[in-house]
This record gives sequence, structure tokens and C-alpha cells, in this order.
Amino acid sequence: MTVNPTEEFRAQLRDWLQENCPQEMRDGGLAENAICWGGKNWVFTSDAQKQWLERCAAKGYTVPTWPVEYGGAGLTRDQEKIFHEEMGAINARSPLQSFGIWMLGPALLHFGSHEQKLHYLPPIARGEVRWCQGYSEPGAGSDLANVQTKGEDKGDHWLVNGQKIWTSYADQADWIFALVRTDKDAPKHKGISFLLCDMEQAGVETRPIKMISGISPFCETFFTDAVIPKEQIVGTENRGWDVAKYLLTHEREMISGGGAGLSGGGRALGAVISDTMEEMDATLRADAMRCEIDALSIGLTLERYKDQAEAGQGAGDASAMLKYMGTELNKQRHELMMSAGGSDALEWDGPLGNRAGDWLRTKANSIEGGTSEVMLSIVSRRVLGLPA
Amino acid sequence: MNKLVLTEEETMLADMARGFLDGAAPVSKFREMRDAGQTFDRALWKEMADMGWAGVLVPEDAGGSDMGFAAANVIAQEMGKTLAVSPFLSSAVIAATALRQVSDARASDALAKIASGEATYALAVDEGIKFDPEGTAMEAKADGNGFRLNGKKQFVVDGALADRLLVLARTESGLTLFDIPADRAGIQRDASNMIDARDAARITFDDVEATGDDVLGSVDRAMDVLKPALQAGQAALAAEMSGLSAGAFAMTVDYLKERKQFGVEIGRFQALQHRAAHLWCEIEVTASAILNAGRMLDNDPENAELAVSLAKARATDTAKLSVIEGVQMHGGIGMTDAFDMGFYMKRARVGAEWLGDYSYHAEKIAAARGF
Ligand SMILES: Cc1cc2nc3c(=O)[nH]c(=O)nc-3n(C[C@H](O)[C@H](O)[C@H](O)COP(=O)(O)OP(=O)(O)OC[C@H]3O[C@@H](n4cnc5c(N)ncnc54)[C@H](O)[C@@H]3O)c2cc1C
Repeated sequence: MTVNPTEEFRAQLRDWLQENCPQEMRDGGLAENAICWGGKNWVFTSDAQKQWLERCAAKGYTVPTWPVEYGGAGLTRDQEKIFHEEMGAINARSPLQSFGIWMLGPALLHFGSHEQKLHYLPPIARGEVRWCQGYSEPGAGSDLANVQTKGEDKGDHWLVNGQKIWTSYADQADWIFALVRTDKDAPKHKGISFLLCDMEQAGVETRPIKMISGISPFCETFFTDAVIPKEQIVGTENRGWDVAKYLLTHEREMISGGGAGLSGGGRALGAVISDTMEEMDATLRADAMRCEIDALSIGLTLERYKDQAEAGQGAGDASAMLKYMGTELNKQRHELMMSAGGSDALEWDGPLGNRAGDWLRTKANSIEGGTSEVMLSIVSRRVLGLPA
Repeated sequence: MNKLVLTEEETMLADMARGFLDGAAPVSKFREMRDAGQTFDRALWKEMADMGWAGVLVPEDAGGSDMGFAAANVIAQEMGKTLAVSPFLSSAVIAATALRQVSDARASDALAKIASGEATYALAVDEGIKFDPEGTAMEAKADGNGFRLNGKKQFVVDGALADRLLVLARTESGLTLFDIPADRAGIQRDASNMIDARDAARITFDDVEATGDDVLGSVDRAMDVLKPALQAGQAALAAEMSGLSAGAFAMTVDYLKERKQFGVEIGRFQALQHRAAHLWCEIEVTASAILNAGRMLDNDPENAELAVSLAKARATDTAKLSVIEGVQMHGGIGMTDAFDMGFYMKRARVGAEWLGDYSYHAEKIAAARGF
């Protein structure tokens, strides 16, 4: 009898999950801090959370598709699908999440040297080092290539001065990846370098900014004569824009997943609403149906793009579509959750927990990582070829 | 695993179909037919049959090419782009799928006739203004060894000119599907004057005789054969509508690049760019739902209902947006009969109603997703 290798993998994985996923980690993880973000400052919310991370990290399951030598499990695309299906089947929490996994990791895998990969990736996979993103500046938001933070060439290092803003979780992070202008005379896209910087060193300071959702994951980050050694550049000097853009496509895919995440084992919005509402009124139900139709279709599109990438047809600029559609949908979904919650949803930590905070947070989805307007401009110029 | 990319064969099929349709059935051909009041071109259908399209779902031993549902969707999608007129959906997709649920000599013979293009079919299901097969009232009363059919059907797509009809009627304890020649005594067909200029009919059945032989599948168990057929039809119609969306959209983008106002191409205006980009996003997302529906019908038909309804609902909505924006962005010219956009708008409206509208399929999705 021949056994389908993917089915064999499924069986093994199922056994492993049954044995290793602590019961407490099988609730999908909705509460804040339910999923570990890693890094030196992380305080585990339970022993089970710590144990789950360690067990997954040992198998490479925190970053299932990364190569084994960099801390991953080296899963193929088919196996990855199965991995998500089986995790979903027991409603397992993700063991670890971070910008290192979603953003820096893919960029390093693509542009980093072998030494850099060996040095930086395994600690991300194990949740030991937490990264933040130093892209935006007060004068460089949508016009990101306008960054002014400057790096002076001092032979074996750069001396960095300037200010970053909206650096999410910078106060919790150990390292920052930053866009720094290393050639002020070059055209704006051609004078930027992509640098990695230890935040514990002298000359790097962060201050939190409070958000409308009541939390302060945002920071301002200041560089004052910060020293960044030359080996901490990713890619070529002054060609950091390529790395920045590559990373952005991953960031956008990650953010868009907020809406598309429903498609896998996730539950339908309408079903979630029915949990707390005996009878949905007709308008709410109709809106929930529309939301469901869009969520499932966007989820399938994410799958299709992954299948395309595997078949050697990368999505390229079309991924701006996923970011746009996914985030707009996620906002709608949370609008509906608020309607469904009625007055219970209006209290901070009321009967519905953090529903209002989550709703407020989603408003940023169509701003962070490039606004919806910027996504539409990318599609209209680069995909449709409309004149600039 | 259901890979959501076209296979090499499907890509080739799409390229071939596009090449053929651009030559043999461009929108200008549709306009000629419309102007001549012609709703069916038998010679064109014969050519399509010769390419294996009529037999796309007919088993090889009955003379078909048996390429599968995803392939049928590929063909339907290309037909949608140029608004090609053919009985492809009614005959090659719906009737063939129904017939292949039954394995007897009569069904196999009927399938062979579909594949060769010799026989065309229409599905007579709707009785009211909305698609509702379960609510069928038309009666098939047992009479001796056979039945007598009495009742009325409307919106029978391809029904005025089809050679045969699949008729859904109520029997003693359920619904039964009949496969009968369209010229049987007691059948009166009145062609409907449809906005999309295609064949559709209102049909009256006045004491029409049917024998046990005319029953497709088992008495009282129509859904066994009809359900897969409807799903195949819904998926292919969704594919046609996604092709239609893409066809209308291509015209719109071309116009944005060429039409000048205020001294520049109108495509420079961000207000239009963003709407065009949004429309493209909708079309792209819908394409995924279509591909998925074809894959599910081929690989896991028992569980395809959600995928099919998703495809039809999304395609209906996207086509609507595509034609509304298409007309609006063309300005006044978009409203003229001399311009093709109106054809797309009318076909989109008809496709939206046929085989279940947005709400019908949204309800199915809600049920499948547990609310
Ligand atoms: C929750 C959150 C987390 C974030 N995390 C990080 C982080 O970790 N690291 C980091 O570096 N940055 C981060 N950002 C910053 C984010 O990338 C920027 O906010 C974003 O790129 C928009 O820039 P801006 O805020 O300066 O808005 P602006 O660029 O000033 O935009 C203002 C408005 O103008 C519109 N607009 C601008 N230009 C155009 C145009 N050409 N055409 C049409 N409309 C236009 C925009 O769409 C928007 O509606 C985060 C932001 C948020 C909200």
C-alpha cells in the first residue's frame, strides 16, 4: 500500500499536536497577550504559553516554512496548508508572532548573507529577539522614500542621527530594522540603506505614543550618534529601497490576513455573532453574509497567490490588492461586531472584553503598511498601467 | 490538493478559446445577431462542438472530451468576455451533468448527441419570478404507466430553440425530472423578448404525456440528478460573468488611457484611477472563487455547495459593479446603443437572476457557515 506523503505528514502532525499542544492553548487565543511576542521583555502569561513556544520552536513550527538550519521546519507549501488546517482543527493558538517572523525574516531570507541568516534568524524563530520596524518619519509616511534619518560613513560603521515615528512596540523590542539615508546626494530612492540596530546601545531612545484604542504600542524612536557596524547592513549600500519594498509586500500580506484569516478553519462572522445574539436582525444578517462572502473569497485569493508563487508566478504589485481588500474587510467585520454587541460593546473591558479596543485598532489596518489610497495607486499605475 | 492556479492544459484551453472566440464570436458578431433578431447560431455551435466544447463534460466513451468542471469554467469565462452566444451552459454543462448522473443506454445516447452538437437542451425549472426549484408547483400526475404534465415555466434559458427540455415537476411524493423533446404534443413555447437578446422562453405544458422512459433518474428523486447539474451550471455561469466583468473592465481601462478631457487622459485623474483599481481588485478576488468552485466540483463534488454559491454570489456582484462603473466612466457614450458596454450591462443583469441571485446564494453560504 502506498501512503500519500502529505497524508502521512498530516497523521504525524496530528499526533504531535495531540501530545504537545497544552489544553490551555486550544482556544484560538483571543485575549490580548494570548500569543507570545517573544523578546527579552516578554512576560509569559502562563507556563503553558512558554511550554507551547518551546515545543514548537524545537520542531521549527514557529516558522514552519523557513529552512531547518535557520530555525524552521522546512515545510513545503502543501505541508504548510496541512499545518494550518490541523492547528485550526484543534483551535490551537499560534505559538509565536512577531515582526521578525512576518517582516524581517522573509527579507533576510531573500537579501541576507548566509552569516546574517545564521546569526539573526534562529533567535527570531525561538522568540528570543523581538524586532521593530523603523520606516516612518514625521515627514515620510505615504511618501516613505523621503526618509531623512541620516547615516554618516565612518569606515567600519555608520553614525546615525534622526527620528522615526509610529514605531510599533519599539519600547518592547530588542532590535530595530531601519531605513537610513546614507547618500544624501543621490535621487531619493537610491540613497537609502537598510540597517539593523541593537536598541540597547547608546544613542537609541524610544517614547510611547498613546492610540485611540487606549493602548500605546506606538513609539517615537530617536537616534543620536548611534553607532551601527558595517556588517549590520542588509543588501547593498544605498540600495536598501529594494529590501524595504520586498519587506513591505510581506507586511502587507500579513496585515491583509486580518480579514482573510477567516477562511481557513476560522468561524464565520455570522456564527460568532449568533453566539451572543439570539436573533440577528435582517440588516445585520445581510451584512454578515456579505462579509462572509468577501472574507472567504479574499482568503481563497491569498491561497491562490501562494499557489501562484509556488508555481513560479509571483504576485508582485498585485499583492497591494490583498492589503487593500483584506484591511477594508477587516474594518467592516469589526463594525459589524460592534453593532452586534450593542451597548455591551461600548465599555472598556465590559461584558464583551476588549471588543471596542479591537474595533478601534482595526481603523489603523488601512493606514499601517501603506494606506488604502496608496495601495489603489499602486494597482492603478503598476497593474493597470494608468498614466501617473 | 486543490491548487488554485490554472494547469498547463487549462491555460492552453483558455488561449485557444480566446483565439477562436475573437475570430468567430466577437462582440460585433453578437451585435449582428441582436440586430437580426437571431438568438442561436447552429453553425457556430457545431464549430464549438467540433472543438470538444459541447462534450466538455461528456464521458469519452460517449464521444465527449470529458475535460472537467474547471475546464468548462475556463470556456465559459472566455465566452463571457466576448458575449458569445451559445447553448453551452444549458446543454454542455447543465444537461450533460444531469445526464451523466444516470448510467443507462438512453442517457449515454443523449450525452453523445450533446457532445456532437446534434441535440441542444434547456432547463425548465423557474415558475415564478425567482429561482426556487424546491418550490416547483408544476404537476406530473401519474396516468397509467406514465404521467401527464400540466403547468407553466418561465425564464427557460435557450428554451425557445432547444431540441429537448429538462422539466422539473411535482410527482406524488417529491420532484421528478423529465427529459422530453421540445416538440411533444401539448407544449407551447413563447419566446421571451429578453434584454440581453438571448434565447429564453415561457413554456406552457397542457396535458403533455410522458412515459417512465422520459424520467431522468428516479421518480420523486429529481435532486439526485438536478443538484449536481445546477451546481455545475451555477459555477459555469459565475465563470461566464467573471469573463463578462473582465471584458467590460478591459474596455473601461482602454478608454481611461485614450479619452482626453481638460487636456489630459482621464486615466490621470486619481478619482478614476482608484475606482478602476478597486474594480480590478474585485475582479481578481472573484476569479479565485471561480477557480475554487471548478476545483471543488472536480475533486470533491459532495462538498462543493459552499464553493459554488460563493462563486455565483461574488460573480454576480462583481459583474454588476463592472458594468455600472463601465458605463459611468465612459460618460455619455456608455449610454448609447451604438457602444458595446450596454450589452455587458444587460447580460450581467440576466446572469444575476439566472440559477439563483445574490441573496439566494448568500443564504446558502450562511447556512453552510453555520448562521
Ligand atoms: C497602527 C499603526 C502601526 C504602524 N506601525 C509602524 C511601524 O511599526 N513602523 C513604521 O515605520 N511605521 C509604522 N506605521 C506608520 C505607517 O506606515 C504610516 O502611518 C503610513 O504609511 C501613512 O503615513 P502617514 O501616517 O504619514 O499618513 P500620510 O502619508 O500623511 O497620509 C495622510 C492621508 O493622505 C493620503 N495620501 C497621502 N499621499 C497620497 C497620494 N499620493 N494619493 C492619495 N492619497 C494620499 C493617505 O492615504 C492618508 O489618507 C504604523 C501606522 C499605524 C497606524
